[in-house]
Amino acid sequence: MLSRAADSLFWMSRYLERGEHTARVLNVQLYLMLERGPGSDDRHLARMLKSLGVESAWPAAEVAPSLIHSTTSASSIVSCIVSARENARQVRELISSEMWEQLNRLFHAVKRADQAADVRDFLHSIQEGAHLFQGITDSTMTHGEGWQFIQAGRYLERAIAVSTLVSVHFREFYGAAELEPVEWIGLLQSCTAFEAYCKAYTAEISPDRIAEFLVLNAVFPHSIRFSADALATSLKTISQEGSNRRTSRVERIAGRMQATLAFGQMDEILSAGLQSYLDTVRRQCLQVYSAVYQTYINYPVEAALGA
Amino acid sequence: MAGVASGPELPAFLQNYELDGAHDEMFDRTGQVRPHYQHLYDALLELPAEELRRRQQIADLSFLHQGITFTVYGRDEGTERIFPNDLLPRILTGEEWSKIESGLVQRITALNLFLKDLYHEARILNDGIVPRELIYSCKHFRRQMRGFHVRRDAYVTVAGTDLIRTPSGEFVVLEDNLRVPSGVSYMLVSRQVMKRIFPELFRKCSVQAIEHYAQALLATLRSLAPQGCAEPSIALLTPGVYNSAYFEHAFLARQMGIELVEGRDLVVHDNFVYTRTTAGLRRVDVIYRRIDDDFIDPIAFRSDSSLGVPGIFNAYRAGNVSLANALGTGVADDKAVYAYVPKIIRYYLGEDPILNNVETFQMSNATERAHVLGDLEKFVVKAVGESGGYGMLVGPQSTASQRKEFCRRVEADPRNYIAQPTIHLSRAPCIAEGAIQPRHVDLRPYILFGGEKVTIVPGGLTRVALRKGSLVVNSSQGGGSKDTWVLHG
Repeated sequence: MLSRAADSLFWMSRYLERGEHTARVLNVQLYLMLERGPGSDDRHLARMLKSLGVESAWPAAEVAPSLIHSTTSASSIVSCIVSARENARQVRELISSEMWEQLNRLFHAVKRADQAADVRDFLHSIQEGAHLFQGITDSTMTHGEGWQFIQAGRYLERAIAVSTLVSVHFREFYGAAELEPVEWIGLLQSCTAFEAYCKAYTAEISPDRIAEFLVLNAVFPHSIRFSADALATSLKTISQEGSNRRTSRVERIAGRMQATLAFGQMDEILSAGLQSYLDTVRRQCLQVYSAVYQTYINYPVEAALGA
Repeated sequence: MAGVASGPELPAFLQNYELDGAHDEMFDRTGQVRPHYQHLYDALLELPAEELRRRQQIADLSFLHQGITFTVYGRDEGTERIFPNDLLPRILTGEEWSKIESGLVQRITALNLFLKDLYHEARILNDGIVPRELIYSCKHFRRQMRGFHVRRDAYVTVAGTDLIRTPSGEFVVLEDNLRVPSGVSYMLVSRQVMKRIFPELFRKCSVQAIEHYAQALLATLRSLAPQGCAEPSIALLTPGVYNSAYFEHAFLARQMGIELVEGRDLVVHDNFVYTRTTAGLRRVDVIYRRIDDDFIDPIAFRSDSSLGVPGIFNAYRAGNVSLANALGTGVADDKAVYAYVPKIIRYYLGEDPILNNVETFQMSNATERAHVLGDLEKFVVKAVGESGGYGMLVGPQSTASQRKEFCRRVEADPRNYIAQPTIHLSRAPCIAEGAIQPRHVDLRPYILFGGEKVTIVPGGLTRVALRKGSLVVNSSQGGGSKDTWVLHG
């Protein structure tokens, strides 16, 4: 397929995942703020922004509205949905009509959203809209090369997002004298992981086990390991579909990230330092992205002809 | 103003159908229904207004669901409009069409010979048939095309020639569009819609088919493959999603089963053109390009163009890629050059033109300029290189200040303008203001030229000036369209 088209599908998917994740994280924070004392809002909201990788420094009262509606910030939910749709528009011919219609619906809902309306409902509807889009995509689009690029974008974004979220959370709360269960439940909920965690381990809140679940679990869809596996599978399928002989680099880098997570042991990771481990994972994510770009999207002509 | 006479009782839908001096497609001067419109007339008699309204809604929804939209230049993103389509077909007899068809074949053949000559020996200029300065002062004449052998001498592969019908009922050529004519997708889609909305009427009328356009276009493009290329890879080059005709680009690419690409998808290496794919570079042999000459190659033409492909012109001149249409065809659809087409036909073919031109006055000629500017309300003045109805003054419908402004423009740059007497275009019945009303129409057939073979699908796009009394049919100026039915026999 056209490199530009693959790029658009990839980024449509990344922006949508980012929008959904942001909505969920913000929703959880707003809920947690009810439990905490009012004095700590500034600190928690600043930390939340950091965990989302958002650079902007908004005052506490503006954080929620800006994170939702700001058209000047690329990290806002509105910006994510708008960008997802813009990318989809460029490849309208490659996605199904049902996908386009759902994304359009989401776009119009986001543009129409009244700033005064119930925020939690709105954030919930964003998550639902994104889920619906993913379901429609799975059902109505041929699982060919284009679909694989959509999956790759989604899981790469997820891996980066969850690594950042867990890393920032652990820096703040791990090893604290008093365990704040509410904060740790919040972390799990930010990854739709609370109930699944309880089924795996019981409701006892253990930071070590939470780390294990969110980072290393092979079968929970929001774990970093699951995302890395899904990413590697998609990239492998893409490389098999085409006759591009330069794909070995992409597979090697994605495979290395998979191995980092497949063979990790949480007790070892924690004693060596979870932060540095997650930094490694994040760095590997960026390397995968870079390799994908150079192999499929933006390769120099000479390299392509030599192959 | 005579009304329509149709027997003792005038059906409701014709109560306010007024005939004037223009040729009416459906009714003759005495108000009788023309024989080839009889079936439509009978169908309208039996169709209650409510049903007609319902069918119009179904048609509109069909267009909406297929995403047939049109963007008018200057509008913001997010306001794609559904293309206005009128349900009542414009009907031509097979005989009327035969004459039009042979006239168009003659014209496209002559124009291609003309272009070849202009870019080689220029015999027609040397023989003084067409003034040399007219050609060399035309901004669409591309010196870069001098001496270049175009594959099969096919300069104009796709032409859209606009015809109008004079009050005497004669079809004349209003203008040729030889660069990137558009609108064929609307023709094809409105035929699909009509077959759904009026199946019985369609069958009864026995209409000549047009669905083979995409196959014919594909075959024509194939025939342009560079020397030695048996299985050419073909692509459609579009300026992208923000272009007003993007729907058509995507539609045609899909119908032909070829790749739709933008300038940034293509790369030129060693004078060959490639598309950037995830599986590496794929060579392209024939490009149906819907980008203007000016924007197609920032190295050879406008350097500020981000839509084009750097180096594509060199690949073209090296004979490694064929472009349809060829570069430099704009010199032949310049409105000032248009006035010479009858002479051009006689010069290359030794025949009289089958289809006549509209009388045209060159503003660069002092006498003709004085004649026109002295009486501006009677003329239509057009800028020679524009399309889409832009840069035009319709004398009888203009204000004094508009005429004054045009006078100024013409005096400032006479070579850039021509004038024609205002022709009362023919009118056809349309659904307007809840009733059936006559509106001015033109006809744009699409002509495919592959070097030896000319293919024209019967009819073409009938464009309608939707506003009552308006003579401007271009969609970019708010016009609409109709399906054109050419009957068998």
